[in-house]
Amino acid sequence: MAETKAKRFSFLEFKGTAENYLFIFPAVAIFAVFYIYPFYEILNLSFHEWDGIGLTRTFIGLGNFKEIMQDKVWWTSMWHAGYITLIALIFQNALAFGLALSCDRDIRARKFYRVVFYLPPVLSEVVVGLIWQWILHSGIQSGEPIGLLNFFLTKAHLNHLVHNWLSDPKTALTCIALVHSWKGFGWGFIIMLAGLQTIDRQLYEAARVDGAGPFRTLKDITIPMMVPVFLMVMILTILGSMQVFVLVLSMVGQGLVYHTEVPVTRILLSMTGLSRFGYACAQGIVFGFILIVSSFTLNKISKRFKQDEAR
Amino acid sequence: MKLKIFLFCLCCFFLFGCMQNTNSNTITVWHWMTDRQDTFEKLANQYQQLTGIEVKFELYAPSDAYSQKIIAAAQARVLPDIYGILKEKEKFAVFVKSGFVADLTEEFQKNEGIWEKSLFAKALNVNRFEEGNIYSVKPGIYGVPIDVMNIQMLYNEKLLKKAGIGRPPRTFDEFIEDIHALRRIGVDGLISGWGELWLLDCFASNYAFNIMGEEKIMATYRGEVPYTDNDWVEVFRIFERLRDSDALFKGIVTKNNKYAEQDFALERAAFAFNGSWCVNVYNGMNPDLEYGAMLPPKVNPNLPMRIWGAAGSSFMVNNSSKKKDKAIDFLKWLTSERQQVFLSAETKNLPSNRHALSSIPEILSQFASAMDDITHPSTWKYNEDPLVTETFGKEIQSISIGERSPEQAAEEVQRIKIRQLERAKNRR
Repeated sequence: MAETKAKRFSFLEFKGTAENYLFIFPAVAIFAVFYIYPFYEILNLSFHEWDGIGLTRTFIGLGNFKEIMQDKVWWTSMWHAGYITLIALIFQNALAFGLALSCDRDIRARKFYRVVFYLPPVLSEVVVGLIWQWILHSGIQSGEPIGLLNFFLTKAHLNHLVHNWLSDPKTALTCIALVHSWKGFGWGFIIMLAGLQTIDRQLYEAARVDGAGPFRTLKDITIPMMVPVFLMVMILTILGSMQVFVLVLSMVGQGLVYHTEVPVTRILLSMTGLSRFGYACAQGIVFGFILIVSSFTLNKISKRFKQDEAR
Repeated sequence: MKLKIFLFCLCCFFLFGCMQNTNSNTITVWHWMTDRQDTFEKLANQYQQLTGIEVKFELYAPSDAYSQKIIAAAQARVLPDIYGILKEKEKFAVFVKSGFVADLTEEFQKNEGIWEKSLFAKALNVNRFEEGNIYSVKPGIYGVPIDVMNIQMLYNEKLLKKAGIGRPPRTFDEFIEDIHALRRIGVDGLISGWGELWLLDCFASNYAFNIMGEEKIMATYRGEVPYTDNDWVEVFRIFERLRDSDALFKGIVTKNNKYAEQDFALERAAFAFNGSWCVNVYNGMNPDLEYGAMLPPKVNPNLPMRIWGAAGSSFMVNNSSKKKDKAIDFLKWLTSERQQVFLSAETKNLPSNRHALSSIPEILSQFASAMDDITHPSTWKYNEDPLVTETFGKEIQSISIGERSPEQAAEEVQRIKIRQLERAKNRR
């Protein structure tokens, strides 16, 4: 009897529920219009052949995805993005951690260094690319190198190191990866510095009392305590580095053969160069899927670390 | 109650504020030409004083961003009254077939074709679709060229003199000899923005015309002649010779044209491969630069050298614009002799009106003198598949950096060509 009563329509209850929905409606509407609908449209387009302008789209099922599986250049570009990411994971994060450690100490110009180290991420990627293109320029005028790096190498009597940096397949991608790392270490530095500052100082004091040196403290306190932060920075580095493309465009134009192709430049080419919007959307879906899988994997690892720590 | 009225008024304001501006005395033009904005505005002022019609030139640069904006505007059906399409003929055809571009044939032919006759035919051909064209577009003229251009080789007079070279080379062998002479005095040979594949494709296409002629090129595009044919290998060999004779400026394959222009203007290389728009660019970078224009030196003396050239920029009229007639009248005025002389003098581009040629500077005259030798992909009966064109450019890059031989490059391009032909067949 009581159950039947509870199920009866209650205006007050309805009003309360409606009010709740009303409050979340703007957020849901924005999310639906700007996230769900575009995603649905991209997914839908990936099953079609469309030139981007015409009124007709041809449904081709999984045709675009099958083609991606056989597209050698696409997978090469994926490999290149992986290489840039690997360099960023090692070089960029090592640099960020090293600098964060230095700034975590009680040094005089700590605030100044924090600002200086955070400058590269603030700069526009196009500007950074063009500046580095000028630094790595390989031209010669009146017997003297024009590029800053080659000029200094000549002045330092290291002529054997003077190189065609951006037009040599052996160095072009590495140069781009290093410039990307240089540009990106700043935010890793900020996150790691914040992580370092959350470590209880008493732990260090206790270790010092027990006779631990700086290396032992770093190995047994700092690094274990920083593992969750490292993992978060790693996820962000992977997501950021895999999607690099502005630097590539501004440093090597449409690319050095296929040696500097990355996934986003291929997607751009499919869309604007080849007028294959459907194929470009399918590439975007595959690329997004790979990024999501890698993020989830790292997230899982991160959780396992946290559980181990808790034990 | 007051609050409700206020909210109602606010909604009305937003709704009416978002409605399209239908001022019938304003024509909107979208373009990408940063160097011409001031001149366009001056011309718009003159036109307003003359007719009372306001012309708003809205600049969207760079050209890549502009192209994307045009495509997005077409998708959303919000194209302006006048706009330009920067893409290849295939894309232009899609715009026409989708009803976004007005057919101007009748306008051009009015009064015994006076408007058509005043413009360079080759420039107009870029916007023309012939009877039985492969894009299945209704034959007609769909755009108005506002200037013309061609892409040639340029030489630095001072550097050539310094190397003891009396006159610019006429054959490819002479060119290579000149390169050796220039290298002896420490001057780099050829600079161009080959980081932009279209420019590299253009250079290769010139030599393809010189080596095998138009018919064979078209047969290749149709899939009847393979890229592994000796003549095509010969085209690839040009780049091998340039590489082996150290003729190419260091880093040329990843250089954007803007930087290549800077290198030539600052006398870092003796030769450049660039379009007639460079006159304005070089003038801004180094007004004292002494240079001349020449056709790329021939490899085959028996066939003509064909260079790319056509309408530098064209304007199209939006077919669904309510101010279509006014837009056409404005374009007629813009391409008449007086306005074309003004535009050419201000922007140092070749005018599209043939009567305006009499008052252009010497260097532009040199460019203009080659107008009989021009050709352009937009005027060809067949065009290559974009993916094959990309592979073609990339393979030339790899020859230029010593990664591949001409034969290997030819094989790779042919492999992609076969794949694309099969794809097209399956699609049909």
